[in-house]
Amino acid sequence: MADLTTRIGALVLKNPIMPASGTFSEELAEVFDLDCLGAHVTKTITQGKRAGNPVPRVCEVNGAMLNSIGIPSKGAEWFLQNTVPFYADYDAPLVISISANSADEFARFAEEVSVPGVAAIEVNISCPNVEDHGKAFAMRPGPTGDVIRKMRSATDLPLWAKLSPNTGEVVEVAQAAEAAGADALVTANTMLAMAIDSATGRARLGNVMGGLSGPALKPITLRMTYQCARAVSIPVIGCGGISTVDDVLEYLIAGARAVQVGTATFISPTTMPRLIGELEQELEERGLTSVDALIGSVDIADEAITLAEYA
Amino acid sequence: MPASLCVVSDSAPTAAPVRHSVNEVDCRVKAHEWVNGQYRLLTLSAPCSVLDCQPGQFFHLLCPQTDRFHPYLRRPMSIYSCNREKGELTFLYKVAGEGTGALAGLETGDVLNIVGPLGQGFEIRPEWRRPLLIARGVGLATLAPLAQECARLRLPLTAICSARAPDLLMSTNLFRSFGAEVITVTDTEGNSDTESLTPLIEGLIRSRGIDAFFTCGSARLMRMLQEIGARHGIGGQVALEQHMACGIGMCQACVRPFRREDGAVNLRVCREGPVFDLQEVL
Ligand SMILES: Cc1cc2nc3c(=O)[nH]c(=O)nc-3n(C[C@H](O)[C@H](O)[C@H](O)COP(=O)(O)OP(=O)(O)OC[C@H]3O[C@@H](n4cnc5c(N)ncnc54)[C@H](O)[C@@H]3O)c2cc1C
Ligand SMILES: Cc1cc2nc3c(=O)[nH]c(=O)nc-3n(C[C@H](O)[C@H](O)[C@H](O)COP(=O)(O)O)c2cc1C
Ligand code: FES
Repeated sequence: MADLTTRIGALVLKNPIMPASGTFSEELAEVFDLDCLGAHVTKTITQGKRAGNPVPRVCEVNGAMLNSIGIPSKGAEWFLQNTVPFYADYDAPLVISISANSADEFARFAEEVSVPGVAAIEVNISCPNVEDHGKAFAMRPGPTGDVIRKMRSATDLPLWAKLSPNTGEVVEVAQAAEAAGADALVTANTMLAMAIDSATGRARLGNVMGGLSGPALKPITLRMTYQCARAVSIPVIGCGGISTVDDVLEYLIAGARAVQVGTATFISPTTMPRLIGELEQELEERGLTSVDALIGSVDIADEAITLAEYA
Repeated sequence: MPASLCVVSDSAPTAAPVRHSVNEVDCRVKAHEWVNGQYRLLTLSAPCSVLDCQPGQFFHLLCPQTDRFHPYLRRPMSIYSCNREKGELTFLYKVAGEGTGALAGLETGDVLNIVGPLGQGFEIRPEWRRPLLIARGVGLATLAPLAQECARLRLPLTAICSARAPDLLMSTNLFRSFGAEVITVTDTEGNSDTESLTPLIEGLIRSRGIDAFFTCGSARLMRMLQEIGARHGIGGQVALEQHMACGIGMCQACVRPFRREDGAVNLRVCREGPVFDLQEVL
C-alpha cells in the first residue's frame, strides 16, 4: 500500500485531501465518514455576528461557478460552543478559517480561537482591509506580512495563509507571509468575476461581483502553486478546480504537499473519498511508495522557457 | 469580501446531523414522457437507500452534458412520487433552461446521478383535520405526494389547482385518485387571480371547515394565503424555491429571510426547508 501521509509543518495528515473553506460543513457527515479526510477545514468565521450578501448568491458559468456568499457568521462564541465540539469526535485535524477587518483584529481573534481541538488556523486575507481603503490584505505583501506577524505573536497554532489569485504580486505576497511566520500557504481563493444575463441585462449575482471557482480556475491556481512552491520553503497547499485524481496529481507535481477540494463537492458530494481511493491506486500503478515522490517533480524541459514571453 | 448589504443574520447548522442519510446514486431511466407541451414526467429505477422519503423533500439532479446544454451545478427537483415496492422515484418537471433542457434529452435506459433525499418535508400536525392544497405550475409536482399522504391518513382533502391555461393543468386526476375534491382555476378562464380566489377559499373555510393550508408554486398565492390565514387563524405550510449550489446545507447559497421569535433570520431552503411555516415567510 502506498503511503499517503503528508506533512504540513508540524501537522501530519493521513492523506493530502481536505476540503476548501466554505464548501464543507457538518452536514457532509450525512454523506460519508468525515474521518477519511486528511483534515477538516471550516467556513471562514468572523469574531462578531455577520450577515451574508443578497441573493442570488451563486450562478453557473461555463465549467465553473460564481459565488457572492460573503461571510455570514454566527460569531466566535457560537462557533466555539457548537462547531469545534462537533469535530472533536474525529481524528482528522481541525483547521479553522478566520477573517477580520484589520491586522490587530486578526491577532485578537486568533488568540480567542486558539483552543483545544483546533489544530491550525487558516487566515482568509481575501477580505477588505479597513486600514487600506478596503483593499484586500492578500493583494499586497505589506498588509499580508502585517496580519501574519501580529497573529504569529498572538497564537502558537500553525498559521496557513490563504492567498488570492487577484494579485499581480503572487511571489512577493507568498514570501511576505513566510517571512512573517506563516507555517503554510494555501493557493488559492476564488478569482473576482462577474456574469450578466444578456436577455435581461441584469447582473446574475445579487452582489454584482463574486468569486470564480471550479475547473475553469485550475490553470491559474495551479500556476500560483508552482510559483509559490519554488519561492518559499514552507509547505504549499493547492486549491482551485480540483475534481479528478489527475487534478490532484498535477498540483502535487507542481509542488503542493496537499490539496483542498471545493466546488467539486457541490457537483458530487462523494468527490473527496473517491479522490483518496483513486490517489492510492494511481501511486501504486506508478510504482510509487509515497506521495512525497511526486511532490514538486514537475518536468521543466528548459528553464529558459519559464522566462520566455507568455503574453 | 464585500461589505454586507443585508441586515438579516444567516443560519448555521443547528442540530447534529443524522449519519449517512443522504446518498449519491446512479439511477436508470425507466420511462420519460411528455405530460403536456411544457412538462415531462421522469421515472427512475432507484435503490432502497434513497427511497425513504417524505412528501416535500427533494433530490439534487446532475443533469447530463449534451451538444446543446452544458449545465454545471445540480438542479433541485421535488419528489413527485416514491415507491419502495417498485423501487421507483418520479419527478414532474418543467423544461425551463439549461439544466432541465439537458434533462429532457434523457432516454429510457440512460443513467442519471441523483443526491438525496434532501430537506425537511411537510408536517401534517395532528390538529389539522381538513387541509386545503393550493398549487400552481410546478407546485403541483411538490404537493402530489402530500395529497397521497393525506389519503393515507384518511383526511378529507380539497385541492385547488391553478395554471396559465387548461391544457397546462396537471395531476388533477392523480389528486382525484387520492380522493381529493379538485377545483381548477386558470388565467385564460380569468378565475385564478387573488380577487377571485380569496372569496372561493373563504367559502371553503365556511363550507368545508378548512383548518390548514399547504401551498407551492406561486409567491402571489402564498401572500394571499398568509392574509387569509391570519384573518381566520388558519396555519399552514409552504414549499419554497431558491437558487442552490450544494443542496445539502454547506454553502449558504439558498437562504431566505424568515420571521422567528427573536427577529428575522436567514434560513437555508435546502436544509431548514424547502417546507416552511406559512406565516414565517417574510
Ligand atoms: C426544492 C425545490 C424543488 C423544486 N421542484 C421542482 C419540480 O418538482 N418541478 C419543476 O419543474 N421545478 C422544480 N423546481 C425548480 C427547478 O429547480 C428549476 O426549474 C430548475 O433548476 C431550472 O433549471 P434550468 O437549468 O432548466 O433553468 P435555468 O434558468 O437555465 O437555470 C439557471 C440556474 O438557476 C437555477 N434556477 C432557475 N430557476 C430556479 C428555481 N425556480 N428554483 C431554484 N433554482 C432555480 C438553476 O438551478 C440553475 O442553477 C424546484 C426548485 C427547488 C428549489
Ligand atoms: C460557495 C463558496 C464559498 C466559499 N467560502 C469561502 C470562505 O468562507 N473562505 C475562504 O477562504 N474561501 C471560500 N471559498 C473559496 C474556496 O475555499 C476555494 O478557495 C475556491 O472555491 C477554489 O477551489 P475550488 O475550485 O475547488 O472550489 C468559497 C468558495 C465557494 C464556492
Ligand atoms: S444550497 Fe448550499 S446551503 Fe443550501
